[in-house]
Amino acid sequence: MATPFATAIQIAQSIRDGSTTASAVLEQHLARISEREGEIHAFNLVTTEQARATAQHIDKQAKAGNALGALAGVPVALKDNMCTRGIATTCSSKILEGWKPPYDATVVTRLQQAGAVMVGKTNLDEFAMGSSTENSAFGPTRNPLDTSRVPGGSSGGSAAAVAAGFAAASLGSDTGGSIRQPASLCGLVGVKPTYGLVSRQGIVAFASSLDQVGPFTHTVADAALLMEVIGGHDPLDSTSLPQPLPSLTAVLDQGVKGMRIGRLVGMPEGCEPEVLARLEAAFAALQQAGATIVDITLPSLEFGITAYYLIAPAEASSNLARYDGVRYGLRVDSPDLNSMYGATRAAGFGAEVKRRIMLGTYALSAGYFDAYYGKALKVRRLISDDFATAYSSCDVILTPTSPTVAFPIGEKADDPLTMYLCDVFTIPTNLAGHCAMSVPFGTGAHNMPVGVQVLAPALGEQAMFRVAAQLERAS
Amino acid sequence: MSNASSAPQHSTALPNGWEMVVGLEVHVELDTKTKLFSASPNHFGDEPNTNIDPVTLGLPGALPVLNKQAVELAIRLGLALNCTVQPSTFHRKNYFYQDMPKAYQISQYDQPINIDGFMMLPGDVRIGIERAHLEEDTGKSTHIGGSSGRIHGSDYSLVDFNRAGVPLVEIVSRPDIRNSDQARQYVAELRAILLAVGASDAKMEEGSMRCDVNVSVRKPGAEFGTRCEIKNVNSIRAVGKAIDYEARRQIDVLESGGTIRQETRHWDDAEGRTHTLRSKEDADDYRYFLEPDLVLLDPGTEWIEQIRASLPMLPAARRAQLATLTGANKESESVYVVVERGQDEYIAAVAQAGGDAGRALVYVQQAFAEEGATPAVSAAHLAALTQMERDSKVTATQAKTILAEMVANGGGDPAAIAAAKGFEALDTSAVEAMVDAAIAQQADAWAKYCAGEEKAMGALVGAIMKASQGKADGKVVTAILQSRRG
Amino acid sequence: MATPHSISIETVAKVANLARLNLTPQEMATMAEQLSGMLEHFGGIDKLDLSAVVPMAQAVPLKNVLREDVVMPSLDRDEVLASAPDAHDGRFRVPPSAGQES
Ligand SMILES: [Mg+2]
Ligand SMILES: [Zn+2]
Repeated sequence: MATPFATAIQIAQSIRDGSTTASAVLEQHLARISEREGEIHAFNLVTTEQARATAQHIDKQAKAGNALGALAGVPVALKDNMCTRGIATTCSSKILEGWKPPYDATVVTRLQQAGAVMVGKTNLDEFAMGSSTENSAFGPTRNPLDTSRVPGGSSGGSAAAVAAGFAAASLGSDTGGSIRQPASLCGLVGVKPTYGLVSRQGIVAFASSLDQVGPFTHTVADAALLMEVIGGHDPLDSTSLPQPLPSLTAVLDQGVKGMRIGRLVGMPEGCEPEVLARLEAAFAALQQAGATIVDITLPSLEFGITAYYLIAPAEASSNLARYDGVRYGLRVDSPDLNSMYGATRAAGFGAEVKRRIMLGTYALSAGYFDAYYGKALKVRRLISDDFATAYSSCDVILTPTSPTVAFPIGEKADDPLTMYLCDVFTIPTNLAGHCAMSVPFGTGAHNMPVGVQVLAPALGEQAMFRVAAQLERAS
Repeated sequence: MSNASSAPQHSTALPNGWEMVVGLEVHVELDTKTKLFSASPNHFGDEPNTNIDPVTLGLPGALPVLNKQAVELAIRLGLALNCTVQPSTFHRKNYFYQDMPKAYQISQYDQPINIDGFMMLPGDVRIGIERAHLEEDTGKSTHIGGSSGRIHGSDYSLVDFNRAGVPLVEIVSRPDIRNSDQARQYVAELRAILLAVGASDAKMEEGSMRCDVNVSVRKPGAEFGTRCEIKNVNSIRAVGKAIDYEARRQIDVLESGGTIRQETRHWDDAEGRTHTLRSKEDADDYRYFLEPDLVLLDPGTEWIEQIRASLPMLPAARRAQLATLTGANKESESVYVVVERGQDEYIAAVAQAGGDAGRALVYVQQAFAEEGATPAVSAAHLAALTQMERDSKVTATQAKTILAEMVANGGGDPAAIAAAKGFEALDTSAVEAMVDAAIAQQADAWAKYCAGEEKAMGALVGAIMKASQGKADGKVVTAILQSRRG
Repeated sequence: MATPHSISIETVAKVANLARLNLTPQEMATMAEQLSGMLEHFGGIDKLDLSAVVPMAQAVPLKNVLREDVVMPSLDRDEVLASAPDAHDGRFRVPPSAGQES
């Protein structure tokens, strides 16, 4: 398919066959960064010098005729909540000011081993809390397709970096839609893998039982390749699945003949008509290709947002308690320990993070636990059970990724609840621990891209990628 | 730590019919190579902040992975405490403190690994064990400046995270303890079990075993009173003192019309008193929830039975065995001491070699304090010495001298030592003459002894032993004196 | 179950203290209003009968993920302390605390 920039697979191939060099590819990307980063603000940090050194190393390897990794010379960007040894990792928060991790996240190590060239750390909603990348302590990221609009979030910087041609691929993290929604809003492929398929070791935790890392790419094939590089068992993550990653690049051409595609009856309100029209077109395309459309229901879907916005803040309130001014990051000096904690955390966290810490602390606290956190865990079970029922009659489910196309910067910034409601289609996947991905499928209002979400059960990545590849061929 | 503290001693009864109700929470550090959730060393006494890794420091992105050996040691302990080992989970206990890197402690909450055990104390007293669960230790602070280096009024604190993440088992007793003797016996017995199963080095002075004590008082049969938890009770002696102090303090408060507030108190060993650390009202709300970074721990029957089969004989069983062999009371100090030193098998070997096990027990308790489980004196030689004494070839006093020489020389044939020293027990007629002489010289003492004053015998025996230069057999002397009195 | 889905300023203050977040009076008022709005929305789950539902805290039911007891190299103390807000004598320095002892 036609993409605005060279894909990861094309770049890796052309370096492998000697038609270009890693350094030349990198300089093209750095040039685009110089040209547009000022207006887009995809990055918290561009690691120009390290990237050049890595590219030169790859070129030496290529020249020496050594075997090259699957991503050798491919410029990639990392969401700035992934630990990179000796390179600042901020989570777009003031509270991590000055901190340089003494270790690499497992996914970073795997990208390095595959020969990827890291070009920088991308902006995000502080601690991945948001759906627009407006909640960054370092300012918002803008959508490269229309800079008056948001790129989505929380991995908005990673999405913008790929959409603007600053990197051929990037990694984001997805706790309630934070890869899929920005992928949809920026016209990219974005994958939320099955929980446990990609290691969380070295990923700064937001909500541990929901967080997963996944790729942003221009194509489904690139996404499959990235998944094969970063996925698979990691003994440093106790929740990492023991089984080997199923091959994904190998199934892309298998088509969807005979597959059963679930169509949600009882679509939640608030979807733009253009978005719904693209979804219908997607069903038609799959049917055309030999799939069957099956009606399914997810009766508890409407409660997903409630469950999510109790569970995720509860876990976050605990995960973010370690930012206390003692061992790393910001400290606001105070005469005693407790006032130092209070002052440091008040100065270091932004409004959205504070809101969620408060909500989560409240939901877990004595007297409220059963009414909020406890009930949320039960709703999570209902949603998981709903999916189990649905998947007894279909192989994958298709929904919009986001109810709307990219919205203007500032439009929802003052109304947290309205912002939370954008996550209605993406959240259930995280609650259930399943996989889902967003595939660009035409445009909607304002000529902005619309993404279709392909959902599959746990470890259903092969079916999901087959459908995604078919949609890509049809778009 | 001496086991003397576990020997029965009697705490004075509480006034006016009050009864104390005591439960203990004992934290022990497990003797693993690495921490509970990470691969940095579990090692006491190293340079500050050298046993650290991302997990220990609670760095962003760090994830816990459970140490198999810690689980195994926890199960060993649980089985030794007669617990049921069950599938278990980990929770986060959320609170802020400088020693707590993540601002939560990973601990077991509603599904601990070991539940429902018990321990037997002297006098067939059964103390229930509610649970023995796994959790991680905190770092350690040093409070600098201020008046005394204590936490209050210090200028700043310095934090060392070497201890953070060290595996702990917290053993929670039921409130079955009724006096400070039992509390001390409980701690001493727990320590003996920990050492026996190899779960911990249980060094209270290094903090690898730490006691918190819950104390309340009531009139017998009444409902439980409000309890106070006393922290920092870090020797067996202090456990007894703190409990006695606290029970009396509570009785004083209640008898003067006051009420007990549920609070955490601190034992000040130097002052010999407890004082308030914090009251229940300002206690934290720990917001426990399931640790999402860890998974179910379900050791399964096969592993549990494999561990059970590998357990050594426990101290109580060894004491019973030694008591049977030696004829001593299983709750006697000699039996406790000898088993604690691991010298009970040695005594069995002495008996096997034809020795008198009862005498051997006394010898070993008295003379082998510095010896390990395999004393330098061979079992055959000690057996020979007990035979010589039994056959009255040497007196008890001579036997003691010979034993001292054997210990000093790291062994030796007792017959040869006796010969070299010219030891032989005096015959009875020679002793009788000495008794007559003593009665004549110590007429006063003889009169008192005849009047039934048993203590007066001491002066007579002393004179006879002196006259015989220790060669008279004390048992023979006593028997003659008794028969003369008629 | 009838839960009043709103949160008072007093509760906000209590929760802020638990979370060690110093909030200004203005922030507390905004927080009370915003959180109450959310709780009101979340109150929709009260209409579900959840009595027989087993809570689900994790997505994947793994068990017995264990690590061998083998030491790995520790982090470099100087590198770690260089990132600390305040360090002294090989340790992290913090202001005095008036509270809990371990
Ligand atoms: Mg306790
Ligand atoms: Zn504990």
